[in-house]
Amino acid sequence: MEKSIKKYFPIFALPTVVAFTLGFIVPFLMGIYLSFCEFTTVTNAKFVGLKNFARAFGDPTFLHALVFTALFTIVSVITINVLAFAIAMLLTKGIKGTNLFRTVFFMPNLIGGIVLGYIWQILLNGILATFGRTLTYSSSYGFWGLVILMSWQQVGYMMIIYIAGIQNIPGELIEAARIDGANGRQLLRSVTIPMVMPSVTICTFLTLTNSFKLFDQNLALTAGEPSNSTQMLALNIFDTFYTRNGWEGVGQAKAVIFFVLVAVIAVAQNVITRSKEVQQ
Amino acid sequence: MKRKLVSLLMVTAMSAAMLAGCGGDDSKQDANQGGTDQKEENAGDNQEEQKEEEDAGDGEEAKAPEGSGSVYYLNFKPEQNDDWQALAAAYTEETGVEVTVITAADGTYEQTLKSEIAKTEAPTLFQVNGPVGLANWKEYCADLSGSEIYSHLTSEDYALKDGDSVAGIAYVLETYGIIYNKKILNDYCSMENAVVASAEEINSFEKLKAVADDIQSRLDEINEQFGYELKGAFSSAGMDGSSDWRFKTHLANLPIYYEYKDKGINSTDAIEGTYLDNYKQMWDLYITDSTCEPGMLSSKTGDESEAEFGMEEAVFFQNGTWEYGNLTNPDNGYMVTAEDMGMMPIYIGVEGEENQGLCTGSENYWCVNSQASPEDQQATLDFLNWVITSDTGRDAMANKMGFTTPFDTFADGYVADNCFIQDDAAYTAAGKTPVTWNFSTIPSENWKNGVGSALMEYAQGTGEWDAVVSAFVDGWASEYQATNE
Repeated sequence: MEKSIKKYFPIFALPTVVAFTLGFIVPFLMGIYLSFCEFTTVTNAKFVGLKNFARAFGDPTFLHALVFTALFTIVSVITINVLAFAIAMLLTKGIKGTNLFRTVFFMPNLIGGIVLGYIWQILLNGILATFGRTLTYSSSYGFWGLVILMSWQQVGYMMIIYIAGIQNIPGELIEAARIDGANGRQLLRSVTIPMVMPSVTICTFLTLTNSFKLFDQNLALTAGEPSNSTQMLALNIFDTFYTRNGWEGVGQAKAVIFFVLVAVIAVAQNVITRSKEVQQ
Repeated sequence: MKRKLVSLLMVTAMSAAMLAGCGGDDSKQDANQGGTDQKEENAGDNQEEQKEEEDAGDGEEAKAPEGSGSVYYLNFKPEQNDDWQALAAAYTEETGVEVTVITAADGTYEQTLKSEIAKTEAPTLFQVNGPVGLANWKEYCADLSGSEIYSHLTSEDYALKDGDSVAGIAYVLETYGIIYNKKILNDYCSMENAVVASAEEINSFEKLKAVADDIQSRLDEINEQFGYELKGAFSSAGMDGSSDWRFKTHLANLPIYYEYKDKGINSTDAIEGTYLDNYKQMWDLYITDSTCEPGMLSSKTGDESEAEFGMEEAVFFQNGTWEYGNLTNPDNGYMVTAEDMGMMPIYIGVEGEENQGLCTGSENYWCVNSQASPEDQQATLDFLNWVITSDTGRDAMANKMGFTTPFDTFADGYVADNCFIQDDAAYTAAGKTPVTWNFSTIPSENWKNGVGSALMEYAQGTGEWDAVVSAFVDGWASEYQATNE
């Protein structure tokens, strides 16, 4: 068995490797190269060294977008995970209609980000209209609008992961804790949460990177208005690329910086939450 | 058991997709192979069958005449998408040359072009919006000075030049101003205490403001007397992305135009903003005498604004000749008719503006991709030539798309049936000076966005007018510097 796996490994791996190379590695390397270039189209670039990076760091909107994104990420990671975990706890108690609820909560995740962004824009503007305002009234409206939107979309998905984690807790552990006289809160803190730490790792990783890289929803909901104050990093990169002639390379340089940031944060998060996981 | 069935299904589905993916090329090749064999057998006597085969192939090998190229037009105007598709099909039917027309979504032309032109199958025909756009694309613009369409231009002014070479050729002249509803305005003028006796009397900002203010304050009275459902003098000045260009670009053209005119220049690296007070009073007028609260403007789209005018909820609507098709299209169900509509100049309160005409110019220049193969470039030029000389092409351009073109081939009876264009001609005939389009010298899109955001924040009451001034003046200098370093 093992021998044949080894033998056929290249054949099975090949399609994925080819797809991964064409779809990820090649564009990635090209992107890094282009960040050192001035170009109008990606096939026609002129090497200019570190000029783009100097311009990127000298752009105040980039820093603002970074701060806004960081704030948004912190808030949304907390809201999404807390809500998802709470709903997962409720839906593992065996109440009636559990499956229906799970499906309903999961469904928003199936809708694309742009569509969601526009739908929520209409909804939120509809509510704000009673006060004669819109989402662009101030940046905090846009901020909380985004938090609501993202929570609504992501809670269902994270809930499924938490449910899987909770259901995997061995029944005898809980039973033993009960016999030892643990109450609900102690049970949650000392048994359930430590046991679902692998799920927590996955969920925080997903929400963290999703929030940090958020683009579609940001574009559709506020497009950075008013005056770029709700512009997140990905949208800032996009705008840099497209709204100034000759700044395509700067957008690309920002994208490379962005990649490094996301990678560092994601790895750091992984290391921290992994260390909290317990062996069963 | 059930689970097994499901996984079996999944495996089948996946492998089917994979096989289809891998096998795609082969099967296509086979089909074409078969096609050629059959062609040989039939010796091309059955055209219909041949055409079927072409349709069956992926189009790559299906170009009819030997050695001829194909045309790929990246169209800028979504309003005319259907007309271009029909025209392309007609050309293919007539000559067998394949013409692909793809239209970029509203406001995404530059980004679509950027990605499309980097492809192997790049557009052979695209457009730039003027000198600033050309600076970005000049490496892709073939010299059209020897082309036939260039020789048909009625004036050199309509060619976009890069040094001595002709990089772009304008294909449509457009005009914008304040579109107004003649019927409502005339009814208003017939009322007691109306501030003007006829629409023709409005020839300055002062009068326009007086009329708009009066209409706005007497909405109920007008509605009652004439049975309208007016909601405001001006349709909503929407600051949504689909509509904000009307103010951050088109309205902004007027202060730029007057400043250039005073200084006798065509472009500048730093604007002073001498006419920004005029810009402000116009913007104030738009947002006060409006169908909606200023705080709601950022959620209003171009379509909503158009619908308000079309449904006779507003009397004035700043827009251009390109709106004619939408406003008169029976599918839209608008109440306003072509006879009811007129266009007046945008008066911003500058001295001598009674002699100001409508804003006429072009920001649509055809460019032929110089990096496409010579056959494709030739095919593109042939196609363009056909468009401006053949009856089908001229009919489509003038009557279906409603374009006023700068080509001499349209002189014999191909004048667009568009009341706004006729208004423009009337103003010019009456000796008014048309306002040129200077917004093509705006240093970057980012400048427009900055001004747009500042306008919106001023309108909703969260920003000061100073922010608009700073975005306009300081923004110009910094954007110019950023893009010309």
